[in-house]
Amino acid sequence: MEGQAPSPLPDQVLENVLETVLHFLSSRRDRNAASLVCKSWYRAEALTRSELFIGNCYAVSPRRATARFPRVRSLTIKGKPRFADFDLMPLNWGAHFTPWAQALAQSYPSLRRLHLKRMSLTDRDLTLLSLSFPHFQDLLLTCCEAFTTTGLAAIAANCRLLRVLDLAECVVEVADEEVDWISSFPETQEETHLESLVFDCVECPVNFQALERLVARSPSLRKLRLNRYVSMSQLHRLMHRAPQLTHLGTGSFSASELDPEPDYASAFAASKSLVCLSGFREIWPDYLPAIYPACANLTSLNFSYADINAHQLKSVIRHCHKLQTFWVLDSISDEGLQAVAETCKDLRELRVFPVNTREEIEGPVSEVGFEAISRGCRKLQSILFFCQRMTNAAVVAMSNNCPDLVVFRLCIIGQYRPDPETLEPMDEGFGAIVMNCKKLTRLAVSGLLTDRAFGYIGTYGKLIRTLSVAFAGDTDLGLKYVLEGCPNLQKLEIRDSPFGDGALRSGLHHFYNMRFLWMSSCKLTRQACQEVARRLPHLVLEVINSEEGKADDIEILYMYRSLDRPRDDAPKVVTILH
Amino acid sequence: MGSYESELNLKATELRLGLPGSDEPEKRSCSVRSNKRSSRESSVEESRCKSNVNSDDSTTTSDHDQESVQPAKVQVVGWPPIRSYRKNSLQQKKVEGDGSGIYVKVSMAGAPYLRKIDLKVYKSYPELLMALQTLFKCTFGEYSEREGYNGSEYAPTYEDKDGDWMLVGDVPWNMFVSSCKRLRIIKGSEAKGLGCL
Repeated sequence: MEGQAPSPLPDQVLENVLETVLHFLSSRRDRNAASLVCKSWYRAEALTRSELFIGNCYAVSPRRATARFPRVRSLTIKGKPRFADFDLMPLNWGAHFTPWAQALAQSYPSLRRLHLKRMSLTDRDLTLLSLSFPHFQDLLLTCCEAFTTTGLAAIAANCRLLRVLDLAECVVEVADEEVDWISSFPETQEETHLESLVFDCVECPVNFQALERLVARSPSLRKLRLNRYVSMSQLHRLMHRAPQLTHLGTGSFSASELDPEPDYASAFAASKSLVCLSGFREIWPDYLPAIYPACANLTSLNFSYADINAHQLKSVIRHCHKLQTFWVLDSISDEGLQAVAETCKDLRELRVFPVNTREEIEGPVSEVGFEAISRGCRKLQSILFFCQRMTNAAVVAMSNNCPDLVVFRLCIIGQYRPDPETLEPMDEGFGAIVMNCKKLTRLAVSGLLTDRAFGYIGTYGKLIRTLSVAFAGDTDLGLKYVLEGCPNLQKLEIRDSPFGDGALRSGLHHFYNMRFLWMSSCKLTRQACQEVARRLPHLVLEVINSEEGKADDIEILYMYRSLDRPRDDAPKVVTILH
Repeated sequence: MGSYESELNLKATELRLGLPGSDEPEKRSCSVRSNKRSSRESSVEESRCKSNVNSDDSTTTSDHDQESVQPAKVQVVGWPPIRSYRKNSLQQKKVEGDGSGIYVKVSMAGAPYLRKIDLKVYKSYPELLMALQTLFKCTFGEYSEREGYNGSEYAPTYEDKDGDWMLVGDVPWNMFVSSCKRLRIIKGSEAKGLGCL
């Protein structure tokens, strides 16, 4: 028609429709699939992806990621492999956030959310973040390191819209000049937007008055996890300021003065919305009764830093009928586990950590408590259990009683321990788990295990994505069974097991589908690794030997797929094969 | 007995727990540490390596194959798989065989502040009691197995690992040091209830 702009071309219309539709697609797996349909879908999907997940920071360069996805608002990046948590990686191995920080500052002015796991980020990175994103809301750092309270202060001071600041199991150094980062939240802001403040891993005192004022002017605050420098009476004051809390980390849960003592129980009774309790970093069991009023509503309870016995636990757990997640120390013993089994019929996730990490013949928890849990908690989906002894019978029982298990991680602390009753390997127990728990996606094995166990895993573990192996197996066959039998395997971490070059080669067909392979103290040779590197050019093979030099035996192999050239920020002990 | 024999052979049939190429597990190099904090942990681990290799009867319960013979109890890097962060947090409370001090809180009925003392500093009960009496300006009187601290104005008690409140002095000193979690000085009149058998 005259005087009007030309109508859009049919292709353009289609593209607009596509983008509009794709906006609703949230699952990244669906999006990945959609992007493969054709070029136009690839483009439309790239323009509409607002949540970007990068499972390995070295799998793709920051430049490539930001070039493909220009409109990202939420970003998750994972760095080091999990075994780095156990001191198995050299200092300064990598996972530096700085190149990402710079790329993000340039490309994503609308960034709202950043979640980093096992990355190394500096105060400069944090400061850059705090100044680059005016809409920044959520910062979650899990198992990160290399920053200090100075970096936290920058976030507090500059991110006016900050909603979430969650620091989980990070190593936070104390800055040289004593920076109180809590005081850096601007006092001029009448009300903050804070919904979640988690700093239980920060190992330095905070200015309590500043903290109390902050909590008082944060009406949206729902999650508050304090560090161990906050005492019981201080906790009491904070709880009265924030009775609307749903998640509370109690700090030390011990007192620094004697009389007079406020009525702690009333504070817990007044917090009617509490569903998750954690903390108890230096617990005085005398104060446990204070939490009784909150127990009936709890769905999550973390006692994993509280050295309490069965009797003390029972007094609490008998009120916790709604509990779904429970983390605890083995100090509660089998008797404590039995109490859990009797009350917590809705339990979905259980983690039992050891107080004593040395190998002993007996420990406070065993197959007795384990089997009691399996009988009482039929809805169990995830279990992590450390113990000194376990029988096949108990593991088989759990496989039958808890068919909904998705995560099964059993750590028998003594290496190569057989079933103490039958003296058999633990093959049958783990075999039953993979056979009967048809939803299993994550498995960690331990105890005396032969190739047979791996045969079971390869035959039945079709959904397994993550597998952790230590001190297990007899020959290359073991690893071969797994690499050939588990089509969904993405993360495989193996240490101190007799798997060698033949086994490695048997996975060539699958390595591009995996996030990573970790093998340390196994029987790999440099030649075999070199061969894999040649045959699969998009794999990066990092060989780490504690003594620099061209040793033929590989101490650590860390292997992952990558779209870009191998990294250039590796320390000298790391050799990258290509 | 057979146990001593098999111990002699342990070296020859020893299941290697160290990284390939390392000769002595006790001297495992800690160059592959990633956590700054772990420097303290490594010295604790090394001292653990040097300490007791388990030699009680339980190691040789069976005559079966070597699979059931326990290898020498050496602390292996990164095993069991517990994050350093968690290990360090718990170690602050645990009693270490050697190395850092054993700090316990001491409270006294009526006193506004608690104190903290290092049990490692004392070698015996008399030393500890003297220190407590000085710290809190009180007296305990004579200890007897039968009467406890009968007759004195105050009495020292402690909470042990099981959560029970015990009278200080009943068990051997070393056992006391390893099981004492907290001290409390109570009035002599309350102590009557804790009088010994």
